[in-house]
Amino acid sequence: MTAPTQQKLKVHGPVVVTANRLRDGAVVYRAALGGWTTDLEASAIVHSAEDAKKLLAAASEEGLDAVGPYVAPVDTAGGRVMPGNLREQIRVAGPTFDLPGTAIR
Amino acid sequence: MYVYDNFDRTLLAERVSEFRDQVGRRLSGALTEDEFKPLRLMNGVYLQLHAYMLRVAIPYGTLSSAQLRTLAHIARRYDRGYGHFTTRQNMQFNWIKLSDLPDVMADLAETGLHGMQTSGNCVRNVTTDQWAAVAPDEVEDPRIYAEILRQHCTMHPEFTFLPRKFKIAVTAAKHDRAAIRVHDIGLRMHKNGAGEVGFEVVVGGGLGRTPFVAKTVKPFLHKRDLLSYIEAILRVYNQYGRRDNIYKARIKILVHELGAEKFASEVETEWQSIKDGPLAIGPELIADVASHFKYPTYERLANEPIELQRARSIKPQFGRWFRNSVSPHKQPGYSIVTLSLKPEGAPPGDATAEQMDAIADLADRYSFGEIRVGHEQNLVLPHVPQRDLPALWEALDAIGVATPNVGLVTDIIACPGLDYCSLANTRSIPVAQELTRRFKSLDAQHSIGRLHVNISGCINACGHHHVGHIGILGVEKNGEEFYQITLGGRADEQAELGALMGPAVPYNEVADVIEDVVAAYVELRERPEELFVDTVKRLGVEPFKDRVYAAR
Repeated sequence: MTAPTQQKLKVHGPVVVTANRLRDGAVVYRAALGGWTTDLEASAIVHSAEDAKKLLAAASEEGLDAVGPYVAPVDTAGGRVMPGNLREQIRVAGPTFDLPGTAIR
Repeated sequence: MYVYDNFDRTLLAERVSEFRDQVGRRLSGALTEDEFKPLRLMNGVYLQLHAYMLRVAIPYGTLSSAQLRTLAHIARRYDRGYGHFTTRQNMQFNWIKLSDLPDVMADLAETGLHGMQTSGNCVRNVTTDQWAAVAPDEVEDPRIYAEILRQHCTMHPEFTFLPRKFKIAVTAAKHDRAAIRVHDIGLRMHKNGAGEVGFEVVVGGGLGRTPFVAKTVKPFLHKRDLLSYIEAILRVYNQYGRRDNIYKARIKILVHELGAEKFASEVETEWQSIKDGPLAIGPELIADVASHFKYPTYERLANEPIELQRARSIKPQFGRWFRNSVSPHKQPGYSIVTLSLKPEGAPPGDATAEQMDAIADLADRYSFGEIRVGHEQNLVLPHVPQRDLPALWEALDAIGVATPNVGLVTDIIACPGLDYCSLANTRSIPVAQELTRRFKSLDAQHSIGRLHVNISGCINACGHHHVGHIGILGVEKNGEEFYQITLGGRADEQAELGALMGPAVPYNEVADVIEDVVAAYVELRERPEELFVDTVKRLGVEPFKDRVYAAR
């Protein structure tokens, strides 16, 4: 049971706040301009635990649009905003195999 | 099949209406997530990585063709065209929208399906042998008692907020296909010295981070005492079970800490105070519940009809499938057919809407409209006339569910893992897929013999890795996926937990290591008939460890 929402907040690089959209569960990110976006590139990026907590607190106040917000790492090294670990890669891109009915029939 | 009456239908309709109201209030903001979460969980609705996940109960793994078509309809209309059969005989949909869920529940209820008690700290779906009522080695249909338990525990106020979830499994056969010894309560129906049928009651089994094999607390329990004794167990658990620590809250921890003898004595004391009360089951109640089960009217047929003999002699592929996937039935002239949901390269236990519809049609044509779900994540057509087996095989093969690998190394149990699950640390399904490619040769698989590989993507053990002949457990190390390998576990009547073989290996090496383990077994077994699990029992894990790690 190591879901990010159950882990102690540690920030060692760029992070965003992510959640699932209430009505359909889609992956969303706290946007730089407030509110939520499905576009990781448009997310608000912070670099300290203090700023991450502020972002999380602001996000948590808007519980009607998104569920279960937590802080997730991102990788900005290549000039683009990319997911910072495998879990977040999978949340962005979906399962790492062809879904039934697509490749296998 | 158990046929619902008006009471059942009304209860489901009321629950759908209630849930529609709850979802509406959540979407409008009248309910917070903290308020809504326990309500959705009571209906089997989780929030996973990508979307909501709905778990639909399939009581004791029995489905009608109409119900399977309903599941296909849900997959097609509200999900992404497929569903996942789980190790607890349920079905999960991975891409459901909250806003659609009231309609999904209403559509499910049309054929008596629902998600009630598939989540939360309550008594979950009571599971049983997927061969119930057709297995030749069975003393009685265990589903009647699973149904009595289901009715008693559904929405039971005393059991709605237990310390933790609670799983019951029942079997009535000599060979345990229901894994009862790794359940909170396992019930084994058998005959006592006087020829009466009753239950051996085992308690405190379970997997997860602290695995235990259940202990016997009552060698023989009369049928009349089933509900009162189960109630007594649950009361003792409710009273003494830990609520302060989620990792110590399951009944297995209580049984372990008290000791089986002391636990049994506490249950006995509680039971004596209630056993002759209203929970005593009379034969009329058993007869009433049994009367709701619709049994097939079998034809009088002979075993080994000419159609079967001819197909076996001229179609080697059919012959291989027959030997692997077709099992003896208690009724002469009929067979039990297992449909493998583990073709090469596919996620274990998944079925597309098209496959579900086709299987429903085949069940109508060849199996009295009935389908079973096994905890190994395969399906079963339980009543197939032997004369129809050749035609059925061709139809099953055409939809990809006739791979003759049942019980073999590629018949892998796997949890959804990190590709779907919010609790997982590592992926399970791609590991299983790679193993099915490595061992794709059917000749090799049959030469290896019975070998169960179980994969879990985290310590919660939904893939039952502890009781796999080969168990694979994913663990995260510094952000990388590693996998621990255990050997020698089994979930049957000789249930045992596997022993750790050695250090965890990285994702890219898992399939290589499993190939090496299997090669070591082939080298070490005394004769081809010695099963993998028996070789491990005889030799321990050391010879495997030596061979596998020597090259690394």
